[in-house]
Amino acid sequence: MSLQAGDLLQMYRTMLLIRRFEEKATEFFLAGQIRGSFHPCIGQEATAVGACYALRRDDSMTCTYRGHGQAIAKGLDPREGMAELLGRRTGCSKGKGGSMHFTDPRVGLLGENAIVGAGVAIAAGAALSAQLDHTDRVTLTFFGDGTINQGTFAEALNLAAIWKLPLVLFCENNLYSEMTPIRDMVAIDHLTERAAGYGVRGVTVDGYDPVAVYETTREAVERARSGEGPTFIEAMTYRLVGHMIGDSEVYRTREEVGEWRKRDPLTVFPERLVREAVVSREEIARVEGEVAEQMAEIVRFAQGSPWPDPSEATEDVFA
Amino acid sequence: MREITYTQALREALSEEMSRDPSILLLGEDIGVYGGVFKVTEGLLAKFGPERVRETPISEAGFIGTAVGLAMTGKHPVTELMFMDFAWVASDQIFNQAAKMRYMTGGRVKVPLVVRTQQGGGRGNGAQHSQSLETVFTHIPGLKVVLPATPYDAKGLLKSALRDENPVIFIEHKLLYGTKGAVPEEEYTVPLGVADVKRAGRDVTLVSYSRTVLLALEAAQEAAQEGIETEVIDLRCTSPLDVNCILASVQKTGRLVIAHEAHRRLGLGAEIAASVQEQAFDYLDGPILRVAALDVPIPASKPLEDAVLPGKAQILAALRAAGG
Repeated sequence: MSLQAGDLLQMYRTMLLIRRFEEKATEFFLAGQIRGSFHPCIGQEATAVGACYALRRDDSMTCTYRGHGQAIAKGLDPREGMAELLGRRTGCSKGKGGSMHFTDPRVGLLGENAIVGAGVAIAAGAALSAQLDHTDRVTLTFFGDGTINQGTFAEALNLAAIWKLPLVLFCENNLYSEMTPIRDMVAIDHLTERAAGYGVRGVTVDGYDPVAVYETTREAVERARSGEGPTFIEAMTYRLVGHMIGDSEVYRTREEVGEWRKRDPLTVFPERLVREAVVSREEIARVEGEVAEQMAEIVRFAQGSPWPDPSEATEDVFA
Repeated sequence: MREITYTQALREALSEEMSRDPSILLLGEDIGVYGGVFKVTEGLLAKFGPERVRETPISEAGFIGTAVGLAMTGKHPVTELMFMDFAWVASDQIFNQAAKMRYMTGGRVKVPLVVRTQQGGGRGNGAQHSQSLETVFTHIPGLKVVLPATPYDAKGLLKSALRDENPVIFIEHKLLYGTKGAVPEEEYTVPLGVADVKRAGRDVTLVSYSRTVLLALEAAQEAAQEGIETEVIDLRCTSPLDVNCILASVQKTGRLVIAHEAHRRLGLGAEIAASVQEQAFDYLDGPILRVAALDVPIPASKPLEDAVLPGKAQILAALRAAGG
């Protein structure tokens, strides 16, 4: 499928929704209304949206704790996401999961995961399930550059290779393995070299270009659907905020952040759409207005939702 | 009734359940052509094919993690963990993923996964192939933990585990595979979380599970010759734990001994003793006694291993001390 104007506008709408969602959640966090850990994906919206736009609703996806945007892009109801962050009963996990466990199997979202690398093996299992059922469903697993040094990643990558699983391994290389430059943590120039070592095809894409991300992912998805096995995608991206809220960011310079901020996809992408006359400024403005209204409804829903009853703490341990 | 081995009983359970439920598949190291190092899966590859009897690389974290994903998407995987000791390699997949997934998602997913493994000492395998780790799994909410002592229970419990919608750690014992027992040809299951009184008695309650049940029954036989009538309870599962069965027995005998092969410190014996004194203190006529492995790694040499693992003699001594 080649993208039409409506698709591009929809992608921008989702990217903007994710940005506004994370900005609002940051406000709530700083106001003490969100507890625990919160790892915003601000700056990484193009990978979430571009990759998920290449998936069907019945495809499966796993992601990491920096996964609010990916979860929303896969179809999670953002009202349930925000309610979960605020610890409410209406949250996607009834308040039991919090920021790092957004899950909704109804839209193929098998979950964020708070353990680096764990979601890759779970995704391999979902891919094997689809293969055993002789369906053309695929599974995509998002993870960061730091994950490639985790043993589970290597093991799951190998299983995907030997069983030719319909799996897309989507690495968001945001240059930092938490607070440490990934270049100091690997002895290779391109992370795709790791995939090559396991016999898995690897491709690199500009993670700040949602269209390029979509096209690269779509090709990998089509290969997976047709039985050609897994693909490793390295998307070069950057988070424009800290690893988590409160990160001092001493490991990178203001200049470096500034350079990437000039390329912020939330600015560059709509400008490009207007410049290339794909959509009009009015259409962009209309989307922005709609997202603002949607955010108001998300906040209204989440803040107006009841707290869980303490008795619910002992529910949902066993099926 | 016919007698078959513990191994045959397990194999029958797997085979019958795989025939009944196409969502069941096996994953593990050397489980196909070789039939597993303890031969439990022998013949299943020929019967069910390589998709459902799936050989894996030596990658416990990888294939148990994969099994979690399979379970979350409609399959019922059974992973064979060759030795319990390797569970540490896949501990994230078991403790952080399988055990917590349902809770963390507010009940939106379920993880029907069976991790079959074997544990215990007695063969000189040394400290990394002889541990008894049920306590650890029992401690973590979200896991069911099963430890059959007889071929009958092995088959019936494994069938129940394969019909349960939760992660089940199914712990066999390496010295039990060759033991024989009566197993009916007809269909039956043994429910999870229900203890079994393997010998009735009025003087002392002796709680045990897994291979230690066999030692407990021998010790009870000898104690009877000394006039001590022992009630032997086989827990069969440590999660869910059938505390009511223990309480009912203690209310009758007033004395309690707990015997297991796992280490003494914070072992199941400690948990059971605490529960019984909380709920049946007034019925107790003496201190609750524990028989367990010494709190050292399991050594290889026979005299050393014999000194570390609890045997019939220690159980008998405890029965005398409790019941005398």
